Amino acid sequence: MSFEPKIVGFLCNWCSYTGADLAGTARIKYSPNLRSIRVMCSGRIEPTFILKALYEGADGVLIAGCHPGDCHYQEGNYKALRRHRMLRMILPGFGIEPERVRLEWVAASEGERFATIVDEFTEEIRSLGPLKVRDSLEMVLSEDVILNLDTAMEEGGDANEA
Amino acid sequence: MKLKAGIYWGAGCGGCDVAVLDVHEKILVVAEKMDLLFWPIALDFKYKDVEAMDDGYLDIAMFNGGIRNSENEEIAKLLRKKSKTMVALGSCAHIGGLISMANFHTKETIMSRVYLESESTDNPDSVLPLEKWNGGKEELELPRFHQMVKTLDQVVDVDYYIPGCPPVPDQIVSALSQVWEGTLPEKGSVIGAGTRTLCDECPRIKEEKTITSFKRTVEIIPDSEKCLLEQGLLCLGPVTREGCGARCINSNVPCRGCYGPLEGVHDQGAKMLSALASVLEPKEEKEIDELIGQIADPLRTFYRFSAAASILRRKKV
Repeated sequence: MSFEPKIVGFLCNWCSYTGADLAGTARIKYSPNLRSIRVMCSGRIEPTFILKALYEGADGVLIAGCHPGDCHYQEGNYKALRRHRMLRMILPGFGIEPERVRLEWVAASEGERFATIVDEFTEEIRSLGPLKVRDSLEMVLSEDVILNLDTAMEEGGDANEA
Repeated sequence: MKLKAGIYWGAGCGGCDVAVLDVHEKILVVAEKMDLLFWPIALDFKYKDVEAMDDGYLDIAMFNGGIRNSENEEIAKLLRKKSKTMVALGSCAHIGGLISMANFHTKETIMSRVYLESESTDNPDSVLPLEKWNGGKEELELPRFHQMVKTLDQVVDVDYYIPGCPPVPDQIVSALSQVWEGTLPEKGSVIGAGTRTLCDECPRIKEEKTITSFKRTVEIIPDSEKCLLEQGLLCLGPVTREGCGARCINSNVPCRGCYGPLEGVHDQGAKMLSALASVLEPKEEKEIDELIGQIADPLRTFYRFSAAASILRRKKV
């Protein structure tokens, strides 16, 4: 079966979500792999959300906000940028390619740009392959399994020998 | 009636056990209220003594250290079975602790580093520890070294958590007194600590935070009155639970995060990353990268104590 990337997109209410809306109303075709989540500002997107998305099965995460200088709340997108740069630094430590988390600026008028970004990002994630964080974790944990204590005691009578 | 208690160390350094002894003369109060029926570091009881107990015989088991190998896991399960109340004592049992930084490596690289590569190792025959050995008269067994470090509650059901590396002795006594006075909060609570951040109990002067450079503790002698983070020292105070009495801060050393995250925070390291990013000065990608490039080992600084309890838990293999 061919791999269809699951991508979670956090889109800021003022620019990028409106840009995505424009892509829709203008009937621009783009990859259906993005699951959009509207947030009030890219500065609201905590790194925790991104890690959680990756853990829960996303192969990639797109963060989209207003262009620098255009933030509805003045500073939010700069915070998003700094968080993104820092998150990129630590992701390899968790065995995750930093390219899986992408930050883009999309204005309300940039429907076309939004569609192009989603298409490009989908192809990039497709070439990186599935992430499968949880599967990998479960596999590792299964190697650690020891006999359940109850079974061990019934069988051996002494947990120390289990 | 005196409470029956047990204390055990999993993968830990013994610091938590010592912290229990560090309550000084209050140990007499503890001894008055509790009978210690199992405490490998201090008393000569064996695993079989615990196995012989009825289920739920112990009123309280305090487990310090993380779950690194099969022995840790087995005794955690045994104590859970034999105890009415299970307490995770200290950072390792609570959130993984320092030892869970090993989760950023595989078992194979750890074994190779420790037994083959380290500068002080002389092992010409490349001998690695085995789980079973038949070379002598009888078969010998060693516990299995697991693929990753786990927190206590990733292995058994835990009733209460006493955080800290090690927990402050006074906090251990105050938590224990909740046990014998019967004033324990709801199951799953952190006891022997506060509910706010360390910044809230930190006595230093805090002003507008704008970070323009990072320093390591060896590079400067920090001003003892001002916020350490504002001086460029990476202090985990903003994302760490209060309750330690700001021990490190009062010694002019930044907080390393041992008291763990606050209620409702799922990932202490990510929270620190988030908080820190919001107070950096630069707005251009290149300048941001230059600044954050000054942070020595960001991954292990943010996740110094909480790697095992983080969302991703380990390096993906």
